[in-house]
Amino acid sequence: MSQILFRHDRLDRAVTFAEYRAQGGFRALETALADLSPDAVQQAVIDSGLRGRGGAGFPTGKKWSFVPRNLPGPRYLICNCDEMEPGTYKDRVLLEHNPHLLVEGMALACYALGVEHAFIFIRRGYELAALNLKSSIAEAHKAGFLGANICGSTFNLDLDVHQSAGRYICGEETALMNALEGIRANPRSKPPFPAVKGLWGQPTVVNNVETLANIPAIVAHGPDWFKALAATPEGAGTKLFCVSGHVQRPLCLELPIGTPLGEIIDSHCGGMRPGSTFKACIPGGASTPYFTRDHWTVPMDFDPVAKAGSRLGTGGIVVFDQTTCMVAATLNLVRFFARESCGWCTPCREGLPFVRHILERIEAGRGDMADIEVLREHVAKLNYAFCALAPGAMGPVEGLLRLFEDEVREHITRGKCPVRLTAKG
Amino acid sequence: MIPTHLRQQLEQRVAQAITPREAAVDVMKELQRHYGWLTDEAVAEAAALLGLSPLQVEELATFYEMIYRRPVGRTVIHVCDSISCWAMGGETLLRHLEHLLGIEAGGTTADDAFTLLPCSCLGNCGTGPSLMIGDRLFGPVSPEQAAAIVADHREAG
Ligand code: SF4
Repeated sequence: MSQILFRHDRLDRAVTFAEYRAQGGFRALETALADLSPDAVQQAVIDSGLRGRGGAGFPTGKKWSFVPRNLPGPRYLICNCDEMEPGTYKDRVLLEHNPHLLVEGMALACYALGVEHAFIFIRRGYELAALNLKSSIAEAHKAGFLGANICGSTFNLDLDVHQSAGRYICGEETALMNALEGIRANPRSKPPFPAVKGLWGQPTVVNNVETLANIPAIVAHGPDWFKALAATPEGAGTKLFCVSGHVQRPLCLELPIGTPLGEIIDSHCGGMRPGSTFKACIPGGASTPYFTRDHWTVPMDFDPVAKAGSRLGTGGIVVFDQTTCMVAATLNLVRFFARESCGWCTPCREGLPFVRHILERIEAGRGDMADIEVLREHVAKLNYAFCALAPGAMGPVEGLLRLFEDEVREHITRGKCPVRLTAKG
Repeated sequence: MIPTHLRQQLEQRVAQAITPREAAVDVMKELQRHYGWLTDEAVAEAAALLGLSPLQVEELATFYEMIYRRPVGRTVIHVCDSISCWAMGGETLLRHLEHLLGIEAGGTTADDAFTLLPCSCLGNCGTGPSLMIGDRLFGPVSPEQAAAIVADHREAG
């Protein structure tokens, strides 16, 4: 069984609570509450090597271990389902098909962390996912897997769904806490880290949907089993890859983490569309530097992708064919980040529109060779912004200058876009 | 003025919250549903319900993409302009909708039925180009389908 998250039949509806139960659902929670201490659950997650699936790839068990054991007052878990990174739609697919998995994963995480009140922060637009979650929570309550004295134990848990109103920066974990509290969602300065002082000043863990959905299988089958699912020796588990763009069959699929890029595109997405040849892709969501044909065999796991000059990020792969102008693609991405900047710090608020402006000029054929250096300078300097949004926005710009400098120069020397302006419609 | 039952419902929501302002987005969204957009009156009412100043509500309202501080039509059509939809012809789709509705992006039709807004990623990347009409996501949307979706909505609306 190499599918944990999509192991249930891919129906065109969500798996029902009864179906989930019949296939072993909530058994991991029952077992944990009967036989395992919270520390044992946490240790299993540490040993499993699970790394956060929201983009940063931080080891999940380690993140949990930062929560101090003896601070007074409540502690919180927040499931981050803000998912507004362009090219990324895996959490939606997961929640539209199996919301119960997240509920069970959160219950296990809360048990391990000593949390009695947890939140799911879900973006605007995911109305079906939110609806599924709410009914799944109600069903779990009725069956005694949420609420007071879960499965006859002393463990209590309430789960609340918080629906947002649409703003990319809410996905940043400290901004997310502000958003939940009803404060304008600018990121907070760290330290103090959320694990010590988070939501309402209390210890808080923020994990992505996919991360939490992996917990039941880790508890049920053990860390070694989970590790062995990976296609790379150092990797652990499976990964949801959501592919979009010019492939034959764009889709969201679960594969061993470390499956090579080319295999995902060719074997699982049916290769390129008729008439299309592969030019480049974004490997892990809008903030990750491009991959080209040279990266075809790179295993899609955190470390190998980083070694190859990009980031695994969310696993959102956006594929471009030969008709795509890479300056225009980069401009589209920078426009997104400039618009979504929260405006808190000057480098990002002022820097991103400036970079956008330069790219607009180059794309329109009015660029100057000196622009290339100015862009490079910004790639380096925006690292000093307050949060990861601005450096993330420079990911594609860095990739453009490293991999497609010729194409940028051609725009400038020819005074027009050498490729078709937009991709095939 | 909002009807009493809505006020009571919102008061209850605020009372359930850990701190009143935790309910801010829910309150703004419900008031927006009632008025069609977040009017000045709604901002004042939200402030009273949440125990905030109108300026504090304004600060939140202007932050979120889907809270409208300007009048919009009865239905908002959001067209994704982010990378995956762009690659699949999102710009063409937006231009087609402009033509179809006889307005520019950002505008509202003369009969107040629709407002057309380009927006950030809708999380529908695998089936781009996509649009959201009211609360419903569609994709991939060809120009012909866009016309049908708008017509269907007009009839149902
Ligand atoms: S880098 Fe951008 S998004 Fe982050 S705090 Fe600064 S202005 Fe806000």
